[in-house]
Amino acid sequence: MHTTMETPATTTNLLHPSKRLRQRYRAERWFKRLGLLAIVLSLAFIAFLFFSIFSDGYTAFKQSYIALDVNFAAEEFTQAKLAHANFPGLVKKAMHSMFPEVDSRRGKKELESLVSPSAAYKLQDMVEEDPKIIGTTQKVWVLAGDDVDMLLKGKIDRKEKQSNRRLKDNQLAWIDRLISDKKLEQKFNWNFFTAGDSREPELAGIWGAVKGSFLTLLITLTLSFPIGVASAVYLEEFAPENKWTDLIEININNLAAVPSIIFGLLGLAIFINFWGLPRSTPIVGGLVLSLMTLPTIIIAGRASLKSVPPSIREAALGVGASKMQTVIHHVLPLAMPGMLTGTIIGMAQALGETAPLLMIGMVAFIVDIPGSITDPAAVLPVQIYLWADSPERAFTEKTSAAIMILLTFLVFMNSLAVYLRKKFETKW
Amino acid sequence: MYTYLLLCILLITTGAYFGGKARAKTIAEASGGMRTLHSLPSHYGMLTALSYAIPALLVFALWRIFEGTIVTSLVTKSLPIELQQLSPNRLSLVLNEVRNIVFSGFASHNADPAIQAAADLYLSTMNWLKNAVAVSTLLGGLIPGAIAYRSIRKELRARNLVEGIGKVILIGCSAVAIFTTLGIVFSVLFESLRFFHAIPFFDFLFGLQWSPQTAMRVDQAGSSGAFGAVPVFAGTILIALIAMLVAIPVGLLAAIYLSEYAGSRMRTWAKPMLEILAGIPTVVYGFFAALTVAPLIRDIGQAIGLQVASESALAAGLVMGIMIIPFVSSLSDDVIHAVPQAMRDGSFALGATRFETIRLVIIPAALPGIVGSILLAVSRAIGETMIVVMAAGLSADLTFNPLKAVTTVTVQIVTLLVGDQEFDSPKTLAAFALGLLLFVFTLFLNFIALRVVRKYREQYE
Repeated sequence: MHTTMETPATTTNLLHPSKRLRQRYRAERWFKRLGLLAIVLSLAFIAFLFFSIFSDGYTAFKQSYIALDVNFAAEEFTQAKLAHANFPGLVKKAMHSMFPEVDSRRGKKELESLVSPSAAYKLQDMVEEDPKIIGTTQKVWVLAGDDVDMLLKGKIDRKEKQSNRRLKDNQLAWIDRLISDKKLEQKFNWNFFTAGDSREPELAGIWGAVKGSFLTLLITLTLSFPIGVASAVYLEEFAPENKWTDLIEININNLAAVPSIIFGLLGLAIFINFWGLPRSTPIVGGLVLSLMTLPTIIIAGRASLKSVPPSIREAALGVGASKMQTVIHHVLPLAMPGMLTGTIIGMAQALGETAPLLMIGMVAFIVDIPGSITDPAAVLPVQIYLWADSPERAFTEKTSAAIMILLTFLVFMNSLAVYLRKKFETKW
Repeated sequence: MYTYLLLCILLITTGAYFGGKARAKTIAEASGGMRTLHSLPSHYGMLTALSYAIPALLVFALWRIFEGTIVTSLVTKSLPIELQQLSPNRLSLVLNEVRNIVFSGFASHNADPAIQAAADLYLSTMNWLKNAVAVSTLLGGLIPGAIAYRSIRKELRARNLVEGIGKVILIGCSAVAIFTTLGIVFSVLFESLRFFHAIPFFDFLFGLQWSPQTAMRVDQAGSSGAFGAVPVFAGTILIALIAMLVAIPVGLLAAIYLSEYAGSRMRTWAKPMLEILAGIPTVVYGFFAALTVAPLIRDIGQAIGLQVASESALAAGLVMGIMIIPFVSSLSDDVIHAVPQAMRDGSFALGATRFETIRLVIIPAALPGIVGSILLAVSRAIGETMIVVMAAGLSADLTFNPLKAVTTVTVQIVTLLVGDQEFDSPKTLAAFALGLLLFVFTLFLNFIALRVVRKYREQYE
């Protein structure tokens, strides 16, 4: 081995290090600090990312509600069908009765805009559920509009000039009066966990996307797990060493590194255009994602088969088991925990994947909760992408909250994988 | 309908298994005990079950593939002759109308009687076909199943046969990887060839103007569009370069620190923490880049008097670089670990400090592996989509100024394919041409990287 170090010009000892030696030690210290800095920087970035998302998103779990005293006057319900009654009118009347001093057309409009358009549907649901409330006056908590909600969460600056603000001065005064009358409160946002997507930020929920993700992952798991395990078993236990096996191996390694968007192109060209499967459905998404996760599962599966010691195989073969029996009865059960770990990690990757799903049309605006694998659906990461693109201020906190939920799922899956690995880890 | 059919197949298969097993047992008892059988009774059962299930499923799959074609061709033949002679496009419109009537369940108000008749025929053919599928599927397996059942004898090598079938299934599963690659190649190649039919290959590769959105209608002014991909490549390279400028030093220094300086306690918690970076979905990075990092960089730029675009290449590149850190660090960590301890000891014995050992011994020895890991990281950076879709720009300016907005290959693929797609316009096909280039380029990088890493590993094993 060669070295480029020059011999020091002066003789020296440890107590009196020469200038050159001191220089070398300084370089050593600097390099060590640099390495530490690199790690600290990376970790600081993680902390910054999590902090910024959590501090932005936790407010989305609460939503502002306004208490209205709605008079379900009998003369409003003269139509043949309950649904034809003027429910938006009821909401407006209730608002006007709270602030009788507002009489200008414009003032009334500004007043009405404090309540979410969903309030009318809520009243309709109430009446359809229990028609006996017609003729009575009820106190109803309805959703506030998204601007009111943003103000209560401190995301609209009151000191801003009126013309730059989404809420005008008179609206601020009304809101303050509602707050002091205890008619405007923040409550836990159950709607966020039970509703589908919506154009109105205060109505938008995550459940549709969660269910879409679940259906998509279900397809991915049922396809990629058996195929992945079978390929791993074949390649590790049966495959002869020839060109065919080499080809498969090179293929798998390359597929693991192909950009995910390319899988989306494959899905679009083959599953949708050629096979004619319906666009933006969990079945196509699941197919694409299972092709993507296959390499992960196969590579993890092979590693875990490799770690089963040969003595197990030899013992089984020695008492007369066939090769297939050896693998199915002895090797596979021992390798299963490792394979499951790899599968969970692959599923976690699939859960966070967005780009290929954009290609197969999973970016459509879908309000309904998907019921089956052939219904159009969104998935969690795509929902995040869609909300991040929305111009409304109120969607930003929803996006962060959706990210928090996605990260929760991912943390859960990865901890499960770590737990499985720890629990079933065998030292041979 | 077909769920029940599959359940039926499952039921009969189970029955066949137990039937075969029972028959093997009776035969064994008749000829003097279990030990006279060649295989275990369950193998005979399995053989009978497989002989039923595999042909039945094959018949079912064939029906499902050709079902649509059969119905369509029968219905087309029944149409009046003047409708049959329409151009293929118009004919498919007519057929769509027929299908609409069938599947919506009610006739449209002014439906053509001929189309209504076709719809009725469609419906009756479908019903008839459904029964045919069910019957032929259930029966299709019975004959081979029965043959297998009849041929159970004590000499029959059922285990070998069953295991042979099992092995064929295993081979089939591992061939999925090859079919995937073929599928990718064909899907991008086929559409790309159509694109290069319209736009010459070299105009695409060396053109300096990229504005695909103008090509909407043939009669529109300037309808040719511009498909020179150089600005798109330049943007991709610029962002990947910024990302690598972040990821290579940080990732490499972190890997060296963890493997050479850190104690085992620090290693056990710091390594998984770094891996978290790789586990965060890219859409989260994209959101973070667009909403936090990009405005931050713009404000800093304004404070020191620089004009920074709100979708600057710098923001996307920085965040992408951070995402890639764990790819560089974990792979480099592996190769640094693979350097034999004897080489370190030799260097220390000569009086070198740790830094000198790292600089003069370990890095030169691990260099091929490190280069391999960097190449893999580059391919990851070039193929990364969500960060650039959310944080980089759309307009293809040919610039190397990191403070300006640039676009990338992946951004263009997404914008060209999300929304309306027309598979006869170069605008949509251009996405596939870009995809082809992306695929070929990353494949090339991966191939070299994997070879380098593998060769290096062999060197020290």
